[in-house]
Parts: sequence; structure tokens; C-alpha cells
Amino acid sequence: MAKSLFEKVWDAHAVRKLANGQTQLLIGTHLIHEVTSPQAFGMLRDLGLKVLMPHRTFATVDHIVPTDQLVEPFADPLADAMIKELRKNCQEFGITFFDRSTGKQGIVHIVGPEQGITQPGTTIACGDSHTSTHGAFGAIAFGIGTTQIRDVLATQTMALGKLKVRRINVDGKLRPGVYAKDVILHIIRTLGVNGGTGYAYEYAGSVFDRFSMEERMTVCNMSIEGGARVGYVNPDETTFKYLEGRPYSPKGQAWTQAVASWRSFASDPGCHYDDVVNIRAEDIAPTVTWGINPGQGISIEEKIPDPSAAQAVDEKASIEEALAYMKLKPGAPIKGTKIDVAFLGSCTNGRLSDFQEVAKYIKGKKVAPGVKAIAVPGSQGVAVLCESLGIDKVLREAGFEWRAAGCSMCLAMNPDKLVGDQLCASSSNRNFKGRQGSPTGRTLLMSPLMVAAAAVTGQVSDAREVFHVRDLPAAV
Amino acid sequence: MSLEKITQVTGRAVNVPGNDIDTDRIIPARFMKCVTFDGLGEYLFFDVRKNADGTDKPHPLNDPRFKGATILLSGANFGCGSSREHAPQAIQKYGFRAIVAENFAEIFFGNCTTLGIPCATASREDIAKISAAVEANPKLDVVLDVAKQEIRFGNQTVKASIRDTARDALVNGRWDAIGELLEGKPAVLQTAAKLPYLAA
Ligand code: SF4
Repeated sequence: MAKSLFEKVWDAHAVRKLANGQTQLLIGTHLIHEVTSPQAFGMLRDLGLKVLMPHRTFATVDHIVPTDQLVEPFADPLADAMIKELRKNCQEFGITFFDRSTGKQGIVHIVGPEQGITQPGTTIACGDSHTSTHGAFGAIAFGIGTTQIRDVLATQTMALGKLKVRRINVDGKLRPGVYAKDVILHIIRTLGVNGGTGYAYEYAGSVFDRFSMEERMTVCNMSIEGGARVGYVNPDETTFKYLEGRPYSPKGQAWTQAVASWRSFASDPGCHYDDVVNIRAEDIAPTVTWGINPGQGISIEEKIPDPSAAQAVDEKASIEEALAYMKLKPGAPIKGTKIDVAFLGSCTNGRLSDFQEVAKYIKGKKVAPGVKAIAVPGSQGVAVLCESLGIDKVLREAGFEWRAAGCSMCLAMNPDKLVGDQLCASSSNRNFKGRQGSPTGRTLLMSPLMVAAAAVTGQVSDAREVFHVRDLPAAV
Repeated sequence: MSLEKITQVTGRAVNVPGNDIDTDRIIPARFMKCVTFDGLGEYLFFDVRKNADGTDKPHPLNDPRFKGATILLSGANFGCGSSREHAPQAIQKYGFRAIVAENFAEIFFGNCTTLGIPCATASREDIAKISAAVEANPKLDVVLDVAKQEIRFGNQTVKASIRDTARDALVNGRWDAIGELLEGKPAVLQTAAKLPYLAA
């Protein structure tokens, strides 16, 4: 019978049915970080349990690390305690830790793929909702809570109900200056922030076939923002090429076997989907959020919604709440909105190609006076690559601060924070109230090149105009 | 491990209205700098409850009439966003024993169930009825009957739903899966042996 990748991976990892009807699912790869794991280790100790497969758990530190201070102890004693706790737990339980001294540290969702740990046909769990990122490789990757981290540590499994599968086809050709980030913002805007509840999203179509792994990761990353716990792309030559030669990728004979096996996990033609959505690539524009959830996005050419034009009472209330918080005027164009901060980075857009694309266009331009602009590579690996290509230099010359790897201002658990009601053009994934560290701080989500355009003009701008994108070779 | 069978939750209720209340709002990230969950309760909804100078903002949880409420009422897509278990932990440590909303975000729902916090969905109209009733009489006892999937208050009864797997886990005292997962170890090792990437 024809099966989807989701079903194949699920079936290969299903251990048994539990009394309540859920499945005990084997988790092949477990990733942990400093924020959500310490309590899980605490629970493990309380119950007197061990880690069942320590060689299948990998740790890194990302959320709390300062990006401008490389020596310990960190200025923030709480952050310092957290990194030490993780170090201790990894040592005690025999878990590989990509600490800062290894040169492999970074945002957990960037490190996994970079090291070749993220592989097709596998199940992955991590105490972080953006674990869906790893689905770009044709893995089924779940964000989990701390109690489930305990379960995975102790049993290498978790209790889970099966998801439905929605296939999202994006066919055609993206217009120049339209990026993977715009694709996912468009999808979330179209299907809603809880449209994906109960579903795994399978992204497909000619746009995804052409996408690089980094672009696929950007889209899968934000599946959760559309309510889908899991998002994936079927593995293909692009996937295998990316993985070849990575530290944890199989080698020699094992590589050939692995590729054959990975290939077999791709969804079969004619398999059943619980839902299918078709999107035309040409309909997608550079997208910017104006509100307080990632579904509140518009194209750069559109106007900020007017609550009085809302169809439903609910919609009206949510527009009003968002505009009151964002201090934006209904009916005004989003273009021209003044910004205070520009943030390039995060597990959505903190990879080599993101900085490369910005560097290509920003060369010779300057960040507008009064705008604080920071660029934070997603991992030490990304930092080294960027630095070897001189990308850091181009960004610095343009007026960006070039920082050390981490989550940084994506959620501001480290010192990188908005102040007061600053407005930030951000390449990250969440624009919730207070997300970037100030209870009144405001976030506009957009692609890295749109962040760069906002940085150099000091206001929300159409990157295609600012950088004459049409004059250069197509960006994808 | 024997766990409490959660068949019903009885207590006073408070309505925190709004849709898409995300986990960043339930517990702002800066309060996640901790290595235990102790003490998280006091930071629940912190930024919407407190002004920068530490004084209270108008918020249902700051309303003395609703002090001691154990059932939290809210709108649609409650608990969206980050997977942080700090959010349900803060809700539980604050004193809530159950949540009733129009619907819940997936990960949040799972996290709550695992902590033994029933998340029941009810229609908007019914949630409005309950909140009107507790607004009129904050001392009113509200009963979330997990087994029967209904909510009783005063002389009214409305329908509630809790997904089968979660309901079964709660009423049979199986909401923390660890015991059952540990029992499956032989089967786990068998399944793992068939997957080459798991070889040590
Ligand atoms: S970059 Fe942001 S979204 Fe990604 S893991 Fe870090 S905090 Fe979470």
C-alpha cells in the first residue's frame, strides 16, 4: 500500500500500543539544550533512572549564551548556573555536549543538521518547539515538554497519538526577492496559526524540489507557527548531497546503504493525504507581520488591516488588540514604518545562505543612523564559514554588529533585548507580545533581506526596491 | 507508579479572556532562567499582570474576587507558541487544576495532560455562560467532570470535551506515561535493533 513518509517513519518507530490508545514511539535522536533539560534530569534523579541510550542524545547551549562575552563566568549568574548544570548533567550521564570550546556549539536546530546528526527516515525529539526544522531532511521531528524529555532520556520513547498529514504543494516560480521565509509566512497567513493542529505538514511541489536544504529548514522551522507540530520535505538528491561527508553521516559502504534506505522513506506516489493545499509560487510576495502572532502578516505592498473592515467579531477584536500593542495605524501602509532595531539570526534564518544573501546586496550600503543592527550566526560553524568568506566584514562595514553564535534576540534570554517599545525588524520566527525581551517591545517578522532593507533605510521597506533586486540574477 | 485518578475537578473559576494566548505570555522567557520549576507560579502572566514598577495592572488574576480559583477559562488556541513546560508548570504552581478553553495548541495540551492538568474544550457560548455565572458569583463552585465530559455550575450543565487518549489517561491515573514506557523496554530494544542508525 502506498504510504506517506510520515506513516513510514511512524511505523518503523512504533514500539507498541499503550493502554490509552497512544503509541509508544521510539525516538532515534534526542537533542537537548540548557533551558528545558535541567528539570528533566532532576526528575530522572528523583526516580532513580538512567539514560537508556546516551549515545543517541546530543546537547548544546544556545538560548542563554551571551553573544558578546566569550569567557565564563557569564555576567548573568542564572545563565551561568544553567550552562554549568548542563555540563554536569552531560558528564554524569555520558551525553555528547557541543560546548563552546568544541567549535560545534550553536542553536540546536542548526547544529543537528550541520553535524549530520539529522538524517532522513529518523525520529527526532527536542525540548523546543522549533524541532520541526529537522523535518527538512525527511525526519519526523517533534518539539516536546520537559516531562517528555525525561521520558525520552529514560526510555528513548514517548507516548504519542498519530498525526494526520496535510500535503502543501507550492508550485511555480518564486519572484525575485521572495524567499523561503516569505513562503512560510504566506502559508501561515493562508492556513492560520492553528490551522495545522493535529497535522504533520508535508511540503512539496516544484519550489521545494528546487530549494536548498537551508531554505527547506527555514520553512519547516515555522511549521509550529502554523499549529503543525511536525513539518517535513521528502528526502532527495539535495538532501543526500548536503549530508555527505558531515561528521555524523555514515561513511563508505554504510553511506551507500543509508542513502538507499533514506530514499525508500520518501512518500509513495498516490499515497493518502488527509488534506491537500495548493499554493502558487507567483502569489507569494515579500511578507511582513504587523501584529502579535505570525499569522498576522501582509505583503510589503499591502496596508495594515483595519478592524472596522473585519468579517467576524473575533477577527476585529484580535486586530484591535494587535494594533493597540504594536502602536500601528489601521489602513496605513506597512512600508515606511520606522524601525529601531534590525536583527539577523535565529534558527529560522541564521544560516550561511541567509548572511550570504544579505552580504551580497548590502555591500557598500550603511545602516541608517539611530538603528541598532545585529547579526548573530546560528552556530559556531556558520560563524566560521561566514568569516572565511568575509561576510562578517561586509556586514560590519555596513554597520551591523557581528556576534557569537546563539539564539540571542529571538527570545532574549541573554543580554540581547529590545528596550521599551522599540520596533524590531527581525528574521526570527515569533512576534508575540514581549518576545524580544521587553514587555512592550515590538517585532516585525520578515526575510533576512527585508531586515537588511529596513536596516539601511531605517524603515520597513521593499528590499526589491532598496537593493534593485530585479537588476541582479534571481536570488533563489 | 500509582497516580491519582482525575475524574473531576471542582473549584472556583476565573476567566482570562482572549484568543491565541501564547506560552511567552503565560510565562515570559526571562523567568525560564532556572534549573527547577519551583516558584514559577508567581510569574504566571507576569507581563500582563504587572507594570514595570511592580504594581498590578487590571487583570482577572489580580482581582481579589477570583483569588483561589482552580479552574482557568480562556479562548481559542490557548497555549500556542513555545513548547516550554514552564507554562503549564506555572499554571499548576499558581494553583490551577484544570483549564477550559475553546481549543488548545498541541504541545501545550500534551504537556498539561502529562502533568495531570485536564484541558477541556467547550464552545465559546458555554465558556461565556460559565464566566457570566462566576462574574455574578465568584464563589460559585464549578465542576469539570472529566469522565462525563461536562461542566456543571449553579443549576446549569454544559458540554465539555477532552480527547479520548487524554481522558482515558486522566481518569485511569495513567497521565504520567513513564511507568508504562519503562515496562516497554524489551519491545523498545527490539524495535531499535531494526534501525541501523541507532547502533551504538
Ligand atoms: S533561535 Fe529562537 S526559536 Fe530558535 S531555538 Fe533559539 S529561541 Fe527558539
